[in-house]
Amino acid sequence: MKVGVVSFPGSNCDEDALLAVVERLDERAVLLWHKDHDLQGADVIILPGGFSYGDYLRAGAIARFSPIMQEVIEHAKRGGPVIGICNGFQIACEAGLLPGALLRNASLQFRSVPVTLRVETTATVFTAAAKKGALLRMPIAHGDGRYTADEETLDRLESEGRVVFRYVDEAGNVTEAANPNGSMRNIAGITNETGTIVGLMPHPERAMEPLLGSTDGLVLFQSLLAGVNA
Amino acid sequence: MTSFRVSVHIVPRKGLLDPQGKAVADALHSLGFHAVDEVHVGRHLVIDVKAADAKAAEASVREMCTRLLANPVTEDFEVEAVRASAAA
Repeated sequence: MKVGVVSFPGSNCDEDALLAVVERLDERAVLLWHKDHDLQGADVIILPGGFSYGDYLRAGAIARFSPIMQEVIEHAKRGGPVIGICNGFQIACEAGLLPGALLRNASLQFRSVPVTLRVETTATVFTAAAKKGALLRMPIAHGDGRYTADEETLDRLESEGRVVFRYVDEAGNVTEAANPNGSMRNIAGITNETGTIVGLMPHPERAMEPLLGSTDGLVLFQSLLAGVNA
Repeated sequence: MTSFRVSVHIVPRKGLLDPQGKAVADALHSLGFHAVDEVHVGRHLVIDVKAADAKAAEASVREMCTRLLANPVTEDFEVEAVRASAAA
């Protein structure tokens, strides 16, 4: 498996994502510069966290028009796996790869804390190796993470089983207190119709080492590996 | 082609939670501006654009809003060509 991690000006989790793949999965990974048009044969694309283009205008609004994104969109349309993490989720929404938008946290505060996620579906290439209902612990670090969409879109996501992760308390219950940013219906991550594109605000690539407090992010990458090498 | 100065107001869509607007409203209330009902914080852009007339300038900026400047999921916008800019 070869993973391409896009580096936008202002990305700051690209190296973490690269290391997660290379050191923890022992797979190949390359950084893809935002001005390039070449995915360098990557099977999977990671849109990493950070503040692409300074989050000017809106988070992800300008990144979606960068040259590499045209290739990423084509790759996604062909059914190629894409995961958008944090700023990458915002970019995926802006690019129309996923529905909805990420707005300013309801608290107006930047939140950098560990959260508990409940796996809502295993019908995606990034959660196939997880257990439905499993609780994963990983960090969030964002100021604009409030998932927002109209009611019709939310109902469609729910009925089609496209909510991938929800913020829950440690017992696995969806509560207001467990929702770190005011996301509608506690949504932390969603997928497209075919389960090949996943966007989430939390950082699985920062939950890959016991030393960093959690290895729960591994399952997303292991799911991917099992699928791509199958 | 004349240059027009086009004003763009982008505001959060009505009905969506606007925590920034609410924070500002709360601050105004605490300063004694009790007559304030609601505040919404958006963005204001000033765009100088060449066009045949003011209408065409507005139409062009409206397209910019749809494609980039405003998020169709969460924001509404208003466009107004205010005057021919000095850059003409």
